[in-house]
Amino acid sequence: MAASSTLPDDRGRFGRFGGRYVPESLIAPIEELEETYNKAVGDESFSEELSSLLREYAGRPTSLYYASRLTERLGGARIYLKREDLLHTGAHKINNCLGQALLARRMGKKRIIAETGAGQHGVASATVAALFGFECCVYMGEEDMRRQALNVFRMRLLGAQVIGVKAGSRTLKEAISEAMRDWVTNFEHTYYLLGSALGPHPYPLIVRDFQTVIGRETRAQFKEMEEGELPDALIACVGGGSNAIGLFHPFLSDENVRMIGVEAGGRGSNLGDHASRFEGGLPGVLHGTYSYVLQDDDGQIALTHSVSAGLDYASVGPEHAWLRESGRAEYVSCSDEEALEAVRLLSRLEGIIPALESAHAVAEAIKRAPKASGQTLVVNLSGRGDKDIGIYREKMPDLE
Amino acid sequence: MSRISKTFEQLNTGRSRGLVVYLTGGDPHPDRTVDFVLALEKGGADIVELGVPFSDPVADGPVIQCASERSLQAGTNLAGVLDILRRIRERSDIPLVIFSYLNPVLRYGFEKFTEDAATAGADGALLTDLNVDEAGAYMEQMEHRGLDPVFLIAPTTSLERIKTLSQSSRGFLYLVSRTGVTGEQKSISERAIPLVERVRSVSKLPLALGFGLSERKHMEEVAPHVDAAVVGSAVVRMIGDQGDEKSLPSRLTALCAELKAGLRLDTSTV
Ligand SMILES: Cc1ncc(COP(=O)(O)O)c(C=O)c1O
Repeated sequence: MAASSTLPDDRGRFGRFGGRYVPESLIAPIEELEETYNKAVGDESFSEELSSLLREYAGRPTSLYYASRLTERLGGARIYLKREDLLHTGAHKINNCLGQALLARRMGKKRIIAETGAGQHGVASATVAALFGFECCVYMGEEDMRRQALNVFRMRLLGAQVIGVKAGSRTLKEAISEAMRDWVTNFEHTYYLLGSALGPHPYPLIVRDFQTVIGRETRAQFKEMEEGELPDALIACVGGGSNAIGLFHPFLSDENVRMIGVEAGGRGSNLGDHASRFEGGLPGVLHGTYSYVLQDDDGQIALTHSVSAGLDYASVGPEHAWLRESGRAEYVSCSDEEALEAVRLLSRLEGIIPALESAHAVAEAIKRAPKASGQTLVVNLSGRGDKDIGIYREKMPDLE
Repeated sequence: MSRISKTFEQLNTGRSRGLVVYLTGGDPHPDRTVDFVLALEKGGADIVELGVPFSDPVADGPVIQCASERSLQAGTNLAGVLDILRRIRERSDIPLVIFSYLNPVLRYGFEKFTEDAATAGADGALLTDLNVDEAGAYMEQMEHRGLDPVFLIAPTTSLERIKTLSQSSRGFLYLVSRTGVTGEQKSISERAIPLVERVRSVSKLPLALGFGLSERKHMEEVAPHVDAAVVGSAVVRMIGDQGDEKSLPSRLTALCAELKAGLRLDTSTV
């Protein structure tokens, strides 16, 4: 399995997944990005600047926290939380945004565009735009604007323009389509700051690389806390897959570390009621990459549902498709209800209100821990729940 | 020789450039497309690109996005478009190119797609988001069935890539006049004609220029330089606005005649 950590190949392939499926007009801007990135990777001043921004501006390293009360309650595995929720802007998305903002500046772009589902990537994009002095425009499905209204206001306060997208289910898929249309029209002065490990090569690679700081820190922190040991399992939610691949990737060669990605099981198993791409989807092409896609018999992309806007997407990052196919990682799903229960439990027992996305990972830990006595689980707490308070109020009337 | 190549050969000896028209199959209903295509041909369309509706058409502007939606609502799928194509072929010899996003074709299967398309009477295909570097298996099947693969070239495409795209295409090359999505524009991008000249310097294939062309004056402007002009959104907009009206076919004929008049070499302003 060690070879996995060297992927993608130079065509952007993770096994049969990934690649670059875009209209010809996007080839030149993608090649420009690839060239810029390859140069930046080899440039020490780039990584130094990024490290200091992550440290001084975003608040890295984030802690690895042993959740003793949750562990005790579940009575099995010892549970650790990687606290990405403590980062500036409230989620892991800022790791990627700082890195890509440096790329945008290198490319001389004046304007950045982004898509957002839960609004965390939009907020992080608006934040780096303010920090670097870029104009910023964020595409967001109208349904997501409604359910993540707080983040819409945050983006505006940060100086970004938020453009509502009306098509389809008015969620993340449609927002990405609209951002791609803007990009192909304006790429000469516009940088597309894609928010997850998705899209045409080299985005899945770039986003992953900027997120692996999560896994590198976790690895070192865990060893330090547990006398040089590694955790038995890693658990992370999977929307596009950036927080999960960021946690998993530095452990790929550690064969004894299991990796579990958690998709949104939504409200049921019918097409349209969930975002479990691996269970309900088939390989196909959406937004420039070959991966698992929820689709109907005609190859039309299916609508999805999740209570969590950040997991509500019809496809999944190609590297996860590969990790699943190769057997290196496993993927499961948790329902809306299980996620909401996890929100309650973590809030009560640990004093940590998680984002709905992250709550899916917590829910999986809650399921597994009782059966895993003597083991250690690291859960990526990718974001905090402030943005979801409106939904929690609606879904937990007993607390009003 | 393919129908497409024959058409360009005839155009070469005539006094007019070619008119390529795009419309979305099944918009607003699968039963209407055949009449629309016959009407376009009557007005002077030389080649028709028949679009397969897709749920997420990232390369299209609002006009063609809406057409896709209408067509999907009417229940059209790839098999439905192939059936429309077969019915057109029963009544016309006009070259037909299938225009699709990749995923519906992937789901259908390249092998079955090319077989069924050839049987239905298609002449070529263009898959918008199938980058030529990923197209090996597709091109093999196209070749096997004698179908012409057509690829797009953009103003930003490098000369090296233009050569690859030219070698990978048959029938004609589709030059995108400007970067961006489909949709009508007031004027033709200043990058369009230099693009035509750049491609001409390395390719012998006929060159069709599209994206943003919608009026007679655009036709007149490009006629001296191109082998054909492609018009999509202007036609699709008319179908969207007047889809239910009985007179629509005759209006489509008139629209094509007007566009085609602009492509006549003796009237064009050089
Ligand atoms: C807190 C949080 N976690 C996870 C996600 C899912 O994205 P990804 O799978 O790329 O980590 C999001 C997306 O909006 C998010 O806001």
